[in-house]
Amino acid sequence: MSILDWFSENNSKAKVAEKLDIPEDVWVKCSSCNATLYLKDLEANFKVCLECNYHFRVSSEERINQIFDKNSFKEIVVPIEPIDFLKFVDTEKYSVRLEKARKKTKKKEAVIIGEGLINGQPVNAGIMDFSFMGGSMGSVVGEKLTLIIENAIENKNPVVIFTSSGGARMQEGIMSLMQMAKTSGALFRLGKKFVPYISVLCDPTTGGTSASFAMLGDIILAEPGALISFAGPRVIEQTIRQKLPEGFQRSEFLLEHGMLDKIVNRKDMRSTLSSIIGLLNPHSQKKS
Amino acid sequence: MKYSLSFEKPISDLYQKIEQLKELADDGGIDLSVEVGKIEERADHMKKEIYAKLTPSQIVQIARHIKRPNTVNLCNLIFKDFIELHGDRLFSDDPSIVGGIGFLKKHRVMIIGHQKGHDTKENIKRNFGMPHPEGYRKALRLMKMAENFNMPIVTFIDTPGAYPGIGAEERGQAEAIARNLKEMTGLRVPVISVVIGEGGSGGALGIGVSNKLYMMQNAVYSVISPEGCASILFKDAKKADRAASSLKITSKDIVGLGISDGVIEEPLGGAHHDWDATADKIKKVLVRDLTAYKKMDVDVVIDERCQKFRSMGNFGYTS
Repeated sequence: MSILDWFSENNSKAKVAEKLDIPEDVWVKCSSCNATLYLKDLEANFKVCLECNYHFRVSSEERINQIFDKNSFKEIVVPIEPIDFLKFVDTEKYSVRLEKARKKTKKKEAVIIGEGLINGQPVNAGIMDFSFMGGSMGSVVGEKLTLIIENAIENKNPVVIFTSSGGARMQEGIMSLMQMAKTSGALFRLGKKFVPYISVLCDPTTGGTSASFAMLGDIILAEPGALISFAGPRVIEQTIRQKLPEGFQRSEFLLEHGMLDKIVNRKDMRSTLSSIIGLLNPHSQKKS
Repeated sequence: MKYSLSFEKPISDLYQKIEQLKELADDGGIDLSVEVGKIEERADHMKKEIYAKLTPSQIVQIARHIKRPNTVNLCNLIFKDFIELHGDRLFSDDPSIVGGIGFLKKHRVMIIGHQKGHDTKENIKRNFGMPHPEGYRKALRLMKMAENFNMPIVTFIDTPGAYPGIGAEERGQAEAIARNLKEMTGLRVPVISVVIGEGGSGGALGIGVSNKLYMMQNAVYSVISPEGCASILFKDAKKADRAASSLKITSKDIVGLGISDGVIEEPLGGAHHDWDATADKIKKVLVRDLTAYKKMDVDVVIDERCQKFRSMGNFGYTS
């Protein structure tokens, strides 16, 4: 064995050792304060940074686990799926985008609807998920949200919708815009029956979502630091050609301007919702 | 100036030639009427050809034409004794949305519409037809008034979109539009909307939750402006032409998708060529519908509007 062979043999051994290194995804960097966080700690803390209270975005499943009584949430599966009726092509086809989103998220659409219990109180809920095409609202999202609201007109359960959405889905054109009127119309009919609707705004809630069901809650809650706006900050900066002030369009800014009832930390969301529902719901049985 | 859009250049060239020939004839005292007639015939033929094959982005240009009749123009031509009403009673009066009461034949009507200008000065005053929350709140105040006095509502839609600015966000642009969508659903009077120019996204829908929606022939209605769509999805604002086609925003598309109840025809080349004829066409449709709604029970009117928007959506069924 030459000395060179000896080196290369040793090198290959070293590479094997590298592969045995620590698994990925154990540590997460906070995108707000740059603190390095142990993933298990972060998850135990509702995915809220232990250093700066930054609320990481969470999936609809995680949110369901955080909010509802154990195993109480029953998804209402609606047998519909988005279709590419405009044959929309931008940098790629809408149908391809949908397929990619399904693969990436293991979800069928940007919202899950269902019934669940919060401290034993039944609730009709919609939970949006930003990871599926930016939580955008097309025909299916609009239809599912309308159905869960209509369901509440029947069963009188309070409605809670967690929003996390960039707005209307451009790939379904004008039909996405009409979902704003559809969901808002359903809320009009819900209001006539005096069933409470609580809107929980999570990062981000913008465009067609904010300009419809998101801002129509009898009570509107928000997670800390969530971007909530009609027009996105970049669009505004381009229009007025100046830099926007720090904190503009964040939850705290909206609270200050009278657009929200309350900002609630994620770890307190379940108990806050429980109290509000108990206090607000004229159909609820008073527990003495 | 009459044919000022880029794709109208061949037409304007021909008309320029006609003018030159006429001048020549006058100066030289010669009869060129046969030649002039021939070119005029050619121009007519060319117009028909060009306007029959407009691309979506060319239609957008007509929809945004600076001389296109705006809400105030149409109000004066269609309604009698029109009185404009101002202010939202909360913050200010938004000149981007006008509203008022007037007669249409025997019908007492509340009219609300986006307002653009015909020149830069007027457009600055009108904020280019981009309302602030005050505009939507004024509109809602007037709609509620119409409900109280049992007056049908006519809305004219013509906006690039609700204004994206600091003040608009501070005062709740999203909330103002959302509230209108909800409240309009339940109005106890019929609502008829006409997209007279640009139907720009939520800013258009904010006064557009109606029983009947009509599209002017060269009007467009879209979830986002072609430019906005191009810069977000195509990562290039210059691809607005492609976005305009992809989004399906022309009157024909909007009717085809079941969003609009019909197209109101415009004079050849666009509404700006003949305001009177345009107003007349709109007036006929409005009178017909208002007469029909007068006989309808109020609960049926509300139910019709609710059902219309409830049924909107295009999806497939999974087994």
